[in-house]
Amino acid sequence: MTAPDGERRWAVGLPLAVGALLVLVWDLSVRLSGNEIYPKPHEVVAGIVELARKGLLVKYVVASLFRVTVGFGLALLVGIPAGLLLGWFHRLYFAFNPLIQVLRPISPIAWIPLAILWFEVDDRAPIFLIFLASVFPITVSAMAAVQNIQQVYIRAARNFGLGRLELFRRVIFPATLPQVLTGVRIALGVAWLVVVAAEMVAINSGLGYLIIDARNAGKSYHLVVAGMVMIGLIGLGLDLLVRRLERFDEVRWGYGR
Amino acid sequence: MSAGPAVRVSDLWVSFPGKGTNGAIRVLEGVSFDVRRGEFVCIVGPSGCGKSTLLNVVAGFLPPTRGTALVEGEPVRGPDPRRIFVFQENGVFPWLTVRQNIEFGLHRRSGADRAALVAHYVEMAGLGGFEDAWPRELSGGMKQRVEIARALAAGPDVLYMDEPFGALDFLTRLKMRSDLVRIWQEERKTILFVTHDLEEAVQLADRVIVLGPRPAGVRETVPIELPRPRDLDSPAYLAARDRIFAAMGVSVRVGGEEPRVRSSP
Repeated sequence: MTAPDGERRWAVGLPLAVGALLVLVWDLSVRLSGNEIYPKPHEVVAGIVELARKGLLVKYVVASLFRVTVGFGLALLVGIPAGLLLGWFHRLYFAFNPLIQVLRPISPIAWIPLAILWFEVDDRAPIFLIFLASVFPITVSAMAAVQNIQQVYIRAARNFGLGRLELFRRVIFPATLPQVLTGVRIALGVAWLVVVAAEMVAINSGLGYLIIDARNAGKSYHLVVAGMVMIGLIGLGLDLLVRRLERFDEVRWGYGR
Repeated sequence: MSAGPAVRVSDLWVSFPGKGTNGAIRVLEGVSFDVRRGEFVCIVGPSGCGKSTLLNVVAGFLPPTRGTALVEGEPVRGPDPRRIFVFQENGVFPWLTVRQNIEFGLHRRSGADRAALVAHYVEMAGLGGFEDAWPRELSGGMKQRVEIARALAAGPDVLYMDEPFGALDFLTRLKMRSDLVRIWQEERKTILFVTHDLEEAVQLADRVIVLGPRPAGVRETVPIELPRPRDLDSPAYLAARDRIFAAMGVSVRVGGEEPRVRSSP
């Protein structure tokens, strides 16, 4: 979405104003309630600073991002080829689509007991859960993208004598990329959503761990909210990053005007 | 190349399985014609008569129910880079630049060959200066030029064109037609061109094949023996046009009789 120059100032100013208003309401309501357990905004900021000073902020953010990177990376490696193949070969689709549709609605959280059973207490359990959370949206979007591909591209490619592998590399992959990228963006959001839940079990680092640990320590609700704020900000950053990919000329044609 | 015709269609039948109990939909029945090497042939017919189906069969995208299509003496068994199809809707790849699109069929050529061919066809199709543009930045007419350049660069013997200018505005269409004829005169490819626009057929073709309504057969073949460049006002052009109109069973007059003006006594 592009806004005319005059509008751009509003596009920055308005959300900042809404944010400031919200912080003000938060601060006032905590003061008025007189309840000590709820943190005030400045205490949350102090909490983040405190974490940063102890070196924990970087450590936890890196730990969480590492798990998302590995789990999500594996999901890309599996999901995109699998989706493209399932979309192209009808018999593969017939064979596996029902299975995918049954597994897809199972929340990754439901897999936590099995994940712990399989991987015990280490990084592999949350990585597995993040993989599970993101592999289905990626697979399904790649599959749908191939099924919706404009037939005229396939026919033109065949006409120029492309073999099957070339057809995949030079036409099917680039033709589906815009839609696949949208699936990737959604999946990354889900992966980040799940990292917190995944870190709440049997792990001793990460932003999810921070939240549970601070709660268990009692009286540290400013750190709970600090964790929440960090998760929100990093999630926003990840989404902006993937949105940037959508601006490349190779995929921009796929997103309308 | 063999000595026979570039394209020979003999007793071609096509029918599609119908929905429900309606039985098969018969599209083409007993279509036969030849196209000489280097000839520009237009196929016209009422809309829905199976012109595009016919082109899809000779291009190898659709197997006929009965009969054969031969190109350069060989039966058509599938799409082949020796005969390139120019599509009605947009067949230009939007993820490639103009240059990359034109290069698309040249994957077996060396780099130097490729660059030379691209330069040649960019020039011929009037795309100079647009080599690095993306399709979404081009007008409909320019995109169609890219598609024609891409087809020619692959070095086919035959071009199949399925209403390639159908989506363009009137003036662009006129310009594209005259450019296509110029390109054809330079390249001397065999062209089989489907259109529903009878004027277009008369402006372009050496010969016009008129199909009847579905299930279609060849109703008439009209040679257009007019010198090029064709003068669209000349009596010879108008006579040729009227012959096609007559073959299609279309009147060249628009509207009914005017009510007779009564003079007051």
